[in-house]
Amino acid sequence: MNVVSGQPGLANNRTDIRVDLKLVADIIKPSSRVLDIGCGDGALLAHLNQTKQVDGRGIELGMDGVNACVAAGLSVIQGDADTDLADYPDNAFDYVILSQTLQATRAPREVLGNLVRIGRHAIISIPNFGHWRVRWDIALHGRMPINGSLPYQWYETPNIHFCSLLDFIALCDDMSIEVERSFALDRHGRAMRVHSSVRSANLFGVEGVFLLRRPAD
Amino acid sequence: MDSLKNRSPANGDSPNLSGNQVVLGCESPLVLDCGTELSEFTVAYQTYGTLNALRNNAVLVCHALTGDQFVAEAHPITGRPGWWGNIVGSGKAIDTERYFVICTNILGGCMGTTGPQDINPRTAKPWALSFPVITIRDMVRAQAMLLDHLEIERLFAVIGGSLGGMQALEWASSYPERVFAAVPIATAAHHSAQNIAFHELGRQAIMADPDWHGGNYQLEGLTPKRGLAVARMAGHITYHSETALTRKFGRRLQDRDNLTYGFDADFQVESYLRHQGSTFVERFDANAYLYITRAMDYFDLAARHGGVLAEAFRDTPVRFCVISFSSDWLYSTVESRTVVRALNAAAANVSFVEITSDQGHDSFLLDEPEFFRVLSGFLNGAAERLAMASGAMR
Repeated sequence: MNVVSGQPGLANNRTDIRVDLKLVADIIKPSSRVLDIGCGDGALLAHLNQTKQVDGRGIELGMDGVNACVAAGLSVIQGDADTDLADYPDNAFDYVILSQTLQATRAPREVLGNLVRIGRHAIISIPNFGHWRVRWDIALHGRMPINGSLPYQWYETPNIHFCSLLDFIALCDDMSIEVERSFALDRHGRAMRVHSSVRSANLFGVEGVFLLRRPAD
Repeated sequence: MDSLKNRSPANGDSPNLSGNQVVLGCESPLVLDCGTELSEFTVAYQTYGTLNALRNNAVLVCHALTGDQFVAEAHPITGRPGWWGNIVGSGKAIDTERYFVICTNILGGCMGTTGPQDINPRTAKPWALSFPVITIRDMVRAQAMLLDHLEIERLFAVIGGSLGGMQALEWASSYPERVFAAVPIATAAHHSAQNIAFHELGRQAIMADPDWHGGNYQLEGLTPKRGLAVARMAGHITYHSETALTRKFGRRLQDRDNLTYGFDADFQVESYLRHQGSTFVERFDANAYLYITRAMDYFDLAARHGGVLAEAFRDTPVRFCVISFSSDWLYSTVESRTVVRALNAAAANVSFVEITSDQGHDSFLLDEPEFFRVLSGFLNGAAERLAMASGAMR
């Protein structure tokens, strides 16, 4: 899925996977069970297989990506975050990853609930609609923002549920989901801890990466 | 392992075949789902490649309704190339340089494994309809007994399309500890009303043929060729997509410029179906067709597990690769997705791919490079995992 395709703000990384994926990978403990939702061509799964020896699975909406993943020996199914997560049992995975996809789901709240249900931890990255350039575009020009991390015109975007980092944190609070760790990436791909200054992160982060845990029963 | 006796299924007898056969069930009989015990039954099988020292590179290929054990070699009766010669072989997706491939003729079949055309030792007459009704699970039990005989504890993979895919699912469900990876292709976890309906049509065609003689055609020296041919024709319609039939035949006429205002095969599609029917009866036994289609109709993996398919795969260690074809309406992608959802609910390790093809159910037997690529990639990935878990595959 990975619906935010272009990542020019992050393009200057020299590693073999995107900076945000690297950040995600660093969180994951070796030999854990991982589900990557919207795994695209399987770059993160392959990286995790190699570096962390995980038991990795993927879900991908696009059949081309699925076929490429399976042909590369990755365990990936064709599926949809909105409809297919309900099938999985509780605690099926140590980590469930949803990278740059939540904003493209029909029911983000339900998807989020499923993520923390089927995973002991969920790792979610989202584009930040509260970034200053977005605010600038709307406030000054009165136009919807189009930039590196939000490359689509309003009439063709798959991103139908935008939020700012603050909005996302508010939703987690509302669902009693614990934010274990959170980072924001600035447009140069540099990570900053959100909790050191949430308002600053919401202004300067082009995307946020959150490690979440479901509320204790 | 004697070569088979000089008979032919068209005469209602086992054919004269090269290949392996073994008599099983001598010490402990095969207990069938229907309650009957089969002792001293024969399994005919072919192998390709070499079993490695660790005995962990065996791949069981399961054939479909009218297939047989001659996967990757010329068919002994028709002379046509093996039915999966494009997939099984040196350097192919199921690489015989790497894997030890086994294919058995299924229980109830007519190519050397015990079936209704064989002689019932108790009566010294062909079994015919006194042969017990068998199930997919019975076929798999017989295969498991063959593996015991071959001293193969665990399969690297079990792979099959259509009925073969049902066997792959049954294997994974009944013997999860004996299967490392399973690839059910163009298949379903149960037979739908539509599936059963088409099979019933074929069976009724056979039984309506006066030469069928209540199933005892062998004693009469006859074969119900017309009925079996019609059954085959109906089958062939279900194996094609409408697009494929239109592309192949359209409304084109067969060797004529005008309609004849009669009931000859005016249209190419009629001629094709008649040809398929008439060649099929040369290599297949009518009663075997009844028994095998019945086994497929009875297949319902969830039913044994309180109607919950996921329970058939609870805590399964098997790696699955479910493959469907976009234009297959006989065992559609929806059916494969049902299997995948159940496997997800069991938190199983599963890959699922729908291959885009307009060739209908038959796609799994045809030249579909994307299918080959996915199958080969899945097996490579699984082999890597097995090597990590239990030592190299050599």
